Amino acid sequence: MPERTHDITLTVNGVVRHATVPARRLLSDCLRHDLGLTGTHVGCEHGVCGCCTVLLDGEPVRSCLTFAVTVSGHEITTVEGLAGPGGRMSPVQRAFAECHGLQCGFCTPGFLCTVTALLRENPAPTDAEVVEGLSGNLCRCTGYQNIVKSVHRAAELIAEES
Amino acid sequence: MKPPPFDHHAPRDLGAALAALAEAGARGKVLAGGQSLIPMLNMRLAAPEHLIDINGVAELDTLEAGPAGVTVGALARHSRVERSAEAAEAQPLLGQALRLVAHPAIRNRGTVVGSLVHADPAAELPAVLALLGGSVRLARAGAAPRDVPAAEFFTGPMESAVRPGELAVSAFFPAPPPRSGTAFREVARRHGDYALAGVAALVALDDDLRVAQARVACVGVGPVPLVLDVTEESAGDDWAAAARAVRERAEPEDDIHATAGYRRHLAGVLAEQALREAALEGRANA
Repeated sequence: MPERTHDITLTVNGVVRHATVPARRLLSDCLRHDLGLTGTHVGCEHGVCGCCTVLLDGEPVRSCLTFAVTVSGHEITTVEGLAGPGGRMSPVQRAFAECHGLQCGFCTPGFLCTVTALLRENPAPTDAEVVEGLSGNLCRCTGYQNIVKSVHRAAELIAEES
Repeated sequence: MKPPPFDHHAPRDLGAALAALAEAGARGKVLAGGQSLIPMLNMRLAAPEHLIDINGVAELDTLEAGPAGVTVGALARHSRVERSAEAAEAQPLLGQALRLVAHPAIRNRGTVVGSLVHADPAAELPAVLALLGGSVRLARAGAAPRDVPAAEFFTGPMESAVRPGELAVSAFFPAPPPRSGTAFREVARRHGDYALAGVAALVALDDDLRVAQARVACVGVGPVPLVLDVTEESAGDDWAAAARAVRERAEPEDDIHATAGYRRHLAGVLAEQALREAALEGRANA
């Protein structure tokens, strides 16, 4: 018997998207395979690495620990949705580029989503608050020095541009 | 790393959720935040035929704080309870422990009641409930809800008193006694990991600010949170004696992460720190 499917509606990066998925479809796989948004990366698929972090109604969550069917009707922001009008990179994205906050880039989408939410809640975090805020995201290339630097630089950029 | 197939039920109210659970019986599981269940599904450690997804049951998304304590509904996320000033005032230990639970992104999704039902022996919230002598309310279709005290709720590692067909609808964390303080200390390999060992402490003082009651709940040193009354040993603020008692009474086991001896050592050190900190807070509150 074919697996039963569900019709779901997600608002992804401001665009209403429909998909027909089995209940077991992870949000991460729904974004990548059903909606073609491959910016969200999948690392460990059990909630440890943080690569798949997206914003659900503005709050960072693990898309690999969320079923797409559960969040039907909600708003999702992925790394593809962080840039501003006209495709200009967001302050967080520019800060990561400027400060070499990425190397291979695999973990970067998760960091960008996490940091976007972190700075919205706390526009001028201390070093300790940055480290605590990033503690759920793993990077296996750079170490975290430049990532922490990027967060502080992004806070500056946001303050300058507001 | 993909979950096995299951039938998804999305009730919109508590009655429908209980009906779906009753029908599914032992073949059903409740999905709330999913931060423990979905990893288990992804790793195929669990394969329930039916998932009753309560994320649409708005009446379970409640948080009530008052002089008696804090009542957390089944759909209240960790982050909501952590950020609630009312909850922090009514029972500070909740917030102290929640800051140690996983990472912010997990806390945005995971629920307090879900963590209790999951009953991981290294998790913080079961220790909080056990230390405070709280309770969990279990509902089932066609019957009155029952309140299970913490001492009977945790029955083994990853095992709770929830029976097939039952839904944990809320948890009650009683307010601390007057002139008391609490603290939570733990050691984890990385911040946010499950702790190798952790200790929640409660110290209450008498009118002369002497120790009237001292209690700890230890995690990671047994199959369920280990609650110990160390009032006698703590007399005269002798936290080292209290720590000795904790070391003597804890029965940890070796595993890949730490030896039993190291866990026992940690439980003592953390108990001493947590008790001292709780007493300081208690005197500041007096």
